[in-house]
Amino acid sequence: MEIKNVHEITININDQPYTIGVQAHHTLLDVLRDQLDITGPKECCGVGECGACTVLLDGQAVNACLILAVEVDGSEIITIEGLGGSVHLSPLQQAFIDAGAVQCGFCTPGMIMAAQYLLNTYPEPTKEEVRVALSGNLCRCTGYDRIIDAVLSVSRQQKERVK
Amino acid sequence: MNSFNYYQPKNIEDLFDLQECSADNYRLLAGGTDLLVRLKSGSITPEAIIDIKRIPSLNSGISIEADKVTFGALTLMATLESDEFLEENYPALTEAVHNIGSVQIRNRATIAGNLCNASPAADSAPALLIYDASVVCVSRKGERTLPLQEFIKGPGKTALVSNEIVKQIVMPLPSQNQAGAFSRLTRRKGVDLATINLCCQVNQTGKARFALGAVGPVPFIVEENEGLLLSTDISSEVKKSIISKLMEKATPISDVRASKEYRQAMLTVLGWRAFNTAIERLQNKI
Ligand SMILES: Cc1cc2nc3c(=O)[nH]c(=O)nc-3n(C[C@H](O)[C@H](O)[C@H](O)COP(=O)(O)OP(=O)(O)OC[C@H]3O[C@@H](n4cnc5c(N)ncnc54)[C@H](O)[C@@H]3O)c2cc1C
Ligand code: FES
Ligand code: FES
Repeated sequence: MEIKNVHEITININDQPYTIGVQAHHTLLDVLRDQLDITGPKECCGVGECGACTVLLDGQAVNACLILAVEVDGSEIITIEGLGGSVHLSPLQQAFIDAGAVQCGFCTPGMIMAAQYLLNTYPEPTKEEVRVALSGNLCRCTGYDRIIDAVLSVSRQQKERVK
Repeated sequence: MNSFNYYQPKNIEDLFDLQECSADNYRLLAGGTDLLVRLKSGSITPEAIIDIKRIPSLNSGISIEADKVTFGALTLMATLESDEFLEENYPALTEAVHNIGSVQIRNRATIAGNLCNASPAADSAPALLIYDASVVCVSRKGERTLPLQEFIKGPGKTALVSNEIVKQIVMPLPSQNQAGAFSRLTRRKGVDLATINLCCQVNQTGKARFALGAVGPVPFIVEENEGLLLSTDISSEVKKSIISKLMEKATPISDVRASKEYRQAMLTVLGWRAFNTAIERLQNKI
């Protein structure tokens, strides 16, 4: 069988529309990082175990390494770049800095996206709920406590919603 | 990952056409949480990937009728986990689903994908077994409904024949005089498969059943029908030894997660835990 590999997809990433050709076997993470230079989402395990590639797909936290780019035609994606930047940090980004929840930083984009998803769905989680919500995100540096403190501090302050 | 053709049929007839032209050298893609891992490792190299997510008849969600509940094949673990009717009537299933992977995985993983992947450790299987679930399969030739025990044939093997797919899962409404609970042993919650998973169901009629996962080639049921476990005249020690005896029907193997001896010993511990939760739930109903 002849392999027809390139598909045109239209997606909205961080409120910007894109119409691009993607290879059938490229993941959403491959396309974000290598084709569109949106390198906030990280590739670490590549098989759904570490959460470093977490993005919001139509509002749901997912592992971008386990989704083909062609599958998401017509969808809306939010990456860490969509939360805020160096000029205007989102409350959760600021809270990570204030709590000392970032060390090497490799897990941070995925961790913040998973935490943002939690706050979008449960604005006032308990400590245990934060732990469960972040159980798909590995961090080799911080020991997790400061990450959990950062998330809890935002849930107490405000309820800013990111789609 | 090797390259492949990607198709996204919009209805079931188109799916059947694509299956026929792909001559068995294809894989169906639902949430992809098992399939992508296998494509990436190169353990499978299909020429075609057929994404079934946009087929409306597989996407019927959760529908509740007077005597049964039906889920579409594509129902997400996240949807099952947060459904209040299921939590009230099928708590062991809610607990099982809540234990699958991480939030990110549960937002993609489908119920049919979990059963079709047919891992001996599939977490939804023991719960679906104690609630007497059956699987509705469909192909160009029509539909057939199989009890779950007959659907899962072995590690990675189901009763699906060529070009047949899962359309729905059906569970009868459980009777009021029973209660169930789930229990699981794992190395790291969030990303590791179960070392053991099991469900217990107790019934006021005296029957107690355990559905056991990851301790044999397929999840299966063991039963105690003499009312010993539900009797109030029998001590906890004796009940534990009855559970231990029932668990001897398991045939665990040693693997990266645990040795077979450890699994066998832990079966009694987990069985006892799930049994006590189930009994408590039964008492709360009376
Ligand atoms: C990090 C990680 C953690 C995990 N943790 C757990 C866990 O704790 N417990 C657990 O049980 N599982 C776990 N899994 C496995 C997986 O998430 C589940 O088995 C999931 O339910 C699979 O569903 P899916 O929709 O993603 O399937 P897919 O990957 O899309 O498909 C799986 C298989 O089923 C076939 N298939 C899918 N739908 C149908 C259909 N309707 N008809 C016929 N065939 C079909 C596909 O062709 C494929 O062969 C984990 C996976 C990962 C990556
Ligand atoms: S890179 Fe996606 S989960 Fe690890
Ligand atoms: S800060 Fe280094 S992995 Fe989390």
